[in-house]
Amino acid sequence: MNMHSLILRTAGHFLLPLLLLFSVFLLLRGHDEPGGGFIGGLVAAAAIVLYLFSMDIQSARKVLRVDPRDVLGVGMVLAVISAIPGVFRGEAFFTAQWWEFTAPLFGEMKLSTVLIFDIGVYLVVIGSVLTIMLNLAEAED
Amino acid sequence: MEVVMAFVVGGLYAAAIYMMLRRSIVKLVIGLVLLSNAANLLIFTVAGMTSGAPPLIAPGDTVPEGVSADPLAQAVVLTAIVIGFGVLAFAVVLIHRAYEVVQADDMDQMKDTDR
Amino acid sequence: MLYAILSTFLLAAAAPAVHRLTGRASGWVLGLLPAALFVYFLSFLPAVSSGESIVLAWPWLPGLDIQLSFLVDGLSLLFALLISGIGFFIVTYAGRYLEGDRDLGRFYVIILAFMGSMLGLVLADNLVAMFVFWELTSITSYLLIGYNHENADARKYALQGLFVTVGGGLALLAGIIMLAMAGGSWELSEILNNGDVVREHALYLPLLLLILIGAFTKSAQVPFHFWLPRAMAAPTPVSAYLHSATMVKAGVYLLARLNPSLGGTDIWFTTLALFGAVTMFTGVFLAFRSTGVKKVLAYSTVMALGTLTMLIGIGTETALLAAMAFLLAHSLYKGALFMVAGILDHEAGAKDFLQTGGLRSALPVTAAFAILAALSLGGVIPLFGFVAKELMLEAVLDAPSLGGILALLAVLTAILGVAVAAIVGIRPWFGPKVDTPKTPHHDAPVAMLAGPAVLASLGLIFGLGPGLADEGLINAAAASVQGAPVDGYLALWHGINWPLAISAFSLVAGGVLYWRWEQARRALAWVDRAAEYGPEKGYFKMMDGLVALSEWQTRVLQNGYLRYYVIVIVAMTAGLVGVTAQLFDVGVGGLDWAALKIHEVAILAILVASMLFAVLTRSRLGAVAALGSLGFTVALVYVLYSAADVGITQVLVETLTVILLVLVLFRLPGFLNLSSTALRVRDAGIALVMGGMITLLILSTLDARLFPSISQYFIDESVPSGYGRNIVNVVLVDFRALDTLGEIFVLALAAIGVYAMLRFRAEDRR
Repeated sequence: MNMHSLILRTAGHFLLPLLLLFSVFLLLRGHDEPGGGFIGGLVAAAAIVLYLFSMDIQSARKVLRVDPRDVLGVGMVLAVISAIPGVFRGEAFFTAQWWEFTAPLFGEMKLSTVLIFDIGVYLVVIGSVLTIMLNLAEAED
Repeated sequence: MEVVMAFVVGGLYAAAIYMMLRRSIVKLVIGLVLLSNAANLLIFTVAGMTSGAPPLIAPGDTVPEGVSADPLAQAVVLTAIVIGFGVLAFAVVLIHRAYEVVQADDMDQMKDTDR
Repeated sequence: MLYAILSTFLLAAAAPAVHRLTGRASGWVLGLLPAALFVYFLSFLPAVSSGESIVLAWPWLPGLDIQLSFLVDGLSLLFALLISGIGFFIVTYAGRYLEGDRDLGRFYVIILAFMGSMLGLVLADNLVAMFVFWELTSITSYLLIGYNHENADARKYALQGLFVTVGGGLALLAGIIMLAMAGGSWELSEILNNGDVVREHALYLPLLLLILIGAFTKSAQVPFHFWLPRAMAAPTPVSAYLHSATMVKAGVYLLARLNPSLGGTDIWFTTLALFGAVTMFTGVFLAFRSTGVKKVLAYSTVMALGTLTMLIGIGTETALLAAMAFLLAHSLYKGALFMVAGILDHEAGAKDFLQTGGLRSALPVTAAFAILAALSLGGVIPLFGFVAKELMLEAVLDAPSLGGILALLAVLTAILGVAVAAIVGIRPWFGPKVDTPKTPHHDAPVAMLAGPAVLASLGLIFGLGPGLADEGLINAAAASVQGAPVDGYLALWHGINWPLAISAFSLVAGGVLYWRWEQARRALAWVDRAAEYGPEKGYFKMMDGLVALSEWQTRVLQNGYLRYYVIVIVAMTAGLVGVTAQLFDVGVGGLDWAALKIHEVAILAILVASMLFAVLTRSRLGAVAALGSLGFTVALVYVLYSAADVGITQVLVETLTVILLVLVLFRLPGFLNLSSTALRVRDAGIALVMGGMITLLILSTLDARLFPSISQYFIDESVPSGYGRNIVNVVLVDFRALDTLGEIFVLALAAIGVYAMLRFRAEDRR
């Protein structure tokens, strides 16, 4: 699955970190501006698929470091965990909880179960798409 | 626009069903892609199409200015697109697997291998 | 009360572990619970025999106004005592009878669960709870009958019992729903006080018939009697339990329970008395001409059930008193006799009366109690069976109508009953010694003798002192069946009267019949041929028909051609939507073609062109490219119409889709042209109908908005309660997060499915 194109290869090298950063940016701002877990996840997955096409499967797996199925599993767990805190506050399952606090460098911070859930979605999307794509590409060889 | 979209979506449905009725499995896949696009557009159209009014709220405001497009339909379509991809991948791999096992891409021949 | 019933299920769950821990003693250990329950139920006795009825309730589904309530009165307490008391002997007996059986642990699970279901059934006050327990007894008895699951016959007849009783249960469900509607309550204790309202209600006849079907199937009344002897495929302790106190008596219990509410009408009397009398005679007749030990006993159970049904139908005070006395007498002697049958099998290997004879010296204790129980079965003075039989004959002779036919059948039954009792009580024990398949070396162990001994002795004790049974419980039970206090009483000696004369005559005539048993059986051989055309034949015909029907419908509906499935789905959808649109007069408003901008026209033109190209092209690459172009155009539509998030998602997914298709499709062969032109035209027609319907649907919804959209709520609340300015995202991850969770779950499943399919192949190749 190597396209043997120098341009694509070089582009892939440089684009990958940029696209991954962008995907995290999309994820984090998603609550206020277009973006969010689904879109961020798709961007990150697409970035790695692009890398896969410009290099080969081994390097794509190496960039990922972990098996995409683990990413999927962690995402699923995060998404489910985010449903639980509401119960302890005597509210319905899945009720969103918000914690505000001041962090030394960032100033006012908002952390919420909603964000945890969105990160879960982000990871599930990355994990699913890459499980499909990497295994298909592997089967191709 | 909705009126024209009604005909376009109807056309997409017709094309999708026509492709799904063919015996070649590759055409079945194309039919699936068409069908998922058709269904998404159906939901999107029925919710009402508003241009230039995204369901976003300006910083500091509590409600969008003026009318806003239906956010619920958009949320539904958004997840449907992603799930559609997952299901399509599943279907494609399943079809490919079936083809490898029975060495037939005519669905009538595939059926005969059941026996 | 709730805990009493729950405890049986809990112990059932723990039974295999208990069995493993206690080994040989497991029967005694597990028997502790039924014994404790017996004592617990006994504690209700003083209150109940003084005429009280106690209702205990727990909230169950408060939203639906259904509570889990229990009713303790004479009738339910009589049953509860029989179930737990005989249950104790059955469990201890089974511990020895099935000793060493590798599935004994499983057996305990089922029999305890069955006991719990049975207790729930007789004690439930709520109709829904009663029905649930009713079905639980059907299911657990299915497992019990099919206990020897490696035996094809056991499986077949277990299924037969299940089908008959569950089929009846279905009718019963409909019946009790109507009963609740007619009686205005789900609580038996309230319905029973509303008898007049129920009997006057328009639904009385249908609900009565439905409930009778349920009761008759469960209690094996003609023509549903065939499943009961077949259920003998079960291990003997199960037969003893099912027949003496439980399963088959459930139908009788139901009839007795509902008597104050449904009884007293002509149809009730005629149906119950006639069906009961016919069943009674059929049962005893078939018992007389059978030779298998368990078969004879099973048919005599059919006789007893018929008698009980008939007595409840007659419904006079004497009849109800007789019914309750007969119920107790039958439970005692039938439990004892089945356990004796198990001993015969266990010690002597004999399953047929013809294989037995002269066993009294080898099994002296067993023989003594068997004879005692058989005397009660034959209705010989001074046993409790005699007391019950005298009352039964008295009730039949006093029946308000149909007196002649009932009396005739009752006399014939009494004669044959004596003969059957003689078969059971004389044949195995007296006469010349017959070589049994196994030579008994010793009498049965204590665990197996305890049941017959206690039950048979009780038959004698209650016979000598009928007041004990009467004042204790029988009177209260009859009172709750009648719905009013009972003045009658049980007595051993009623003076010289017609019933006594009939009893004496039947003893002599039955004795003669037994003496001529061999000849009589030969003379009745034609019954076997006739029986082939009986109701069981109908049952098997129906089952064959069901199988044929399902094969046919599978062939037609599941034909394996995807396109026919698609056609059926499309045609159904189009048809249903079309009819609905017609019915509700859905119209299409005026078409507004104006206000189309030039860029919109251009985008839609590209969209339609891509679509047509994807459909018509012969090249796979062309088709994939066209799909890509179509997808990006759709994305453009989203972006143009204020759906930025959706547009971005569509662009990304479309890219991945094209890659996916390129990866896979090119490993499949090229397009084939497999269909004729005529087929293509037909398919195009179907497709256009569906497409046209969708178009009409959209057009008709454009102007119609039946309900206010909930979207406005999301728009208004996004910032105040969701703290987010991208409303779509707030909907996804906050307002409708549970939906999203489901959706990512589907995505994950699809990915794992793909992984599994690809991985599986890799291992295939290796």
